[in-house]
Amino acid sequence: MARLSALYQDLILDHNRAPQNFRQMEDANRKVEGNNPVCGDRLTVWLRMEDDVIADVTFQGLGCAISMASASLMTSAVKGKTRVEAKALFDRFLGMITGSVEQLEAAESLGKLAVFSGVSEFPIKVKCASLSWHAMKAALDQPDAVVSTE
Amino acid sequence: MTGEAGRRVGGTATAPVSGLPENAYPLPRVPAYPLDVARIREDFPILRQRVRGKPLVYLDNAATSQKPQVVIDALTRFYTSENANIHRGVHYLSERATVAYGEAREKVARFLNARFSREIIFTRGTTEGINLIAQSYGRTHLKPGDDIVITVMEHHSNIVPWQLVCEHTGATLRAAPISDEGELDVDAFERLLGDRTRLVAVVHVSNALGTINPIKRLVALAHARGIPVLVDGAQAAPHLRVDVQDLDCDFFVFSGHKVFGPTGVGVLYGKEALLEHMPPYQGGGDMIATVTLQRSTWAPLPAKFEAGTPMIAQVVGLGAALDYVSQLGLDAIAAWEQDLLSYATERVRQIEGIRLIGTAREKASVLGFVLQGVHPHDIGTVLDDAGVAIRAGHHCAQPVMERFGVPATARASFAFYNTRAEIDVLVDGLMTVKKMFA
Repeated sequence: MARLSALYQDLILDHNRAPQNFRQMEDANRKVEGNNPVCGDRLTVWLRMEDDVIADVTFQGLGCAISMASASLMTSAVKGKTRVEAKALFDRFLGMITGSVEQLEAAESLGKLAVFSGVSEFPIKVKCASLSWHAMKAALDQPDAVVSTE
Repeated sequence: MTGEAGRRVGGTATAPVSGLPENAYPLPRVPAYPLDVARIREDFPILRQRVRGKPLVYLDNAATSQKPQVVIDALTRFYTSENANIHRGVHYLSERATVAYGEAREKVARFLNARFSREIIFTRGTTEGINLIAQSYGRTHLKPGDDIVITVMEHHSNIVPWQLVCEHTGATLRAAPISDEGELDVDAFERLLGDRTRLVAVVHVSNALGTINPIKRLVALAHARGIPVLVDGAQAAPHLRVDVQDLDCDFFVFSGHKVFGPTGVGVLYGKEALLEHMPPYQGGGDMIATVTLQRSTWAPLPAKFEAGTPMIAQVVGLGAALDYVSQLGLDAIAAWEQDLLSYATERVRQIEGIRLIGTAREKASVLGFVLQGVHPHDIGTVLDDAGVAIRAGHHCAQPVMERFGVPATARASFAFYNTRAEIDVLVDGLMTVKKMFA
């Protein structure tokens, strides 16, 4: 149960229940679909880039609590960041959930996103936690794309 | 080897259980079927282990079944003292391996009540069996304008091979609809059968819904129009007594690993007259009569469809598995599992927010459900922490998910070694899920 509550922390459950930025974006200039064919998770990420900055980011989709909460927290984490900053944040986040970055170090540099540190104990959940991030990263690189975690 | 040959399996003989109602039992009733499940569980070493610090509750039997010691021993024995290639050597071991392989074919023929053992073809599994029919029978008989009839409740392995062959031949694939309960609309099925229908391919027991299809009736409807019928028996073979002569189906396929045997082996039964006229599926060694550089002629059945060195050890292991389940008795197994399913259905249905997916009158061993506000994968993860193994996802049956308007379901699936106490653990786990995600 301890392992389980480290995964499903209250913040994650809250964001799963009521995800932030869960909407289509009319004036988006980037849109990427992410899907995980094995578990059936599907989501769409919209970005509005202004020069090199993520002016707005939203998402919609269906998936497990980890993937929904991760997408929700991703949107608030990268909003206002430059392309380079957002990518660097993704790298640190991925390092934390795959266990390649020290949990303590990750907690310090990732703020709220550190709530996903428990994912490293659930290898099968890494794809869920990273799907929206992969989609966001793909959107930074190209305006229309489909990414898959398989 | 340890004296496994004389090992008794749990339960007593194969006395048929009669007079059982199909589905609903009053809950408090303690079943008095001739299966000693406590004893049977001792035959399955994997069930003794603890996972996540809890006793393993294995309720993912529709994905794959666990193996009794007699199957594990058969594999060990084969590799320890019998291993050789078959049909080749004149030496002692090759002779023994060939005999063991042939005996397993006889066991499968008895298990299905096939008329002849040469009607039994060993494959890699159900999927390969269906692909064999699609490629060999389908490509020979299908022309543009012809069609194949399946149902909406098929596993992807009974959809995609037909799409491939349709693409190649210009034939059309048609799917008979199902009701909100997950029952086949037999009238609509019958209406789909036309002058140009060349084959019906239908699942016996749905892996996602648990529905048992009325195969005899469907076969009769198809045969009345001269249409042969392939039955996907992957989920039927472990749970029901299958008699291919009684069903009168033309092809029946199943997988070894779902019927307590090894992975990597499956069975295709086909009526001799049909198999005789079908071209080989794969070419290679063992399936020929003569080969010259200009042309080859084919070996008689069943070798014609078994190119290359087969999965000899797995076939021997499958034989041991079928011996094991036959000794328990398919009727006793079915009765025990019906009781488990009824008990689980009643208990899970009472949980607020649960919607059962698949409520056919005739069902076997599968309980599919969704829980309001909780993704099935989260149900699976929380249950796993309680030691309970279930499946969450689309179950390789995306058209079924679409029919019921859900992206995925959670599925508990039972075998004869499961108990009511394990279902109680499942229900407790679901209450934890509810509490957590409320």
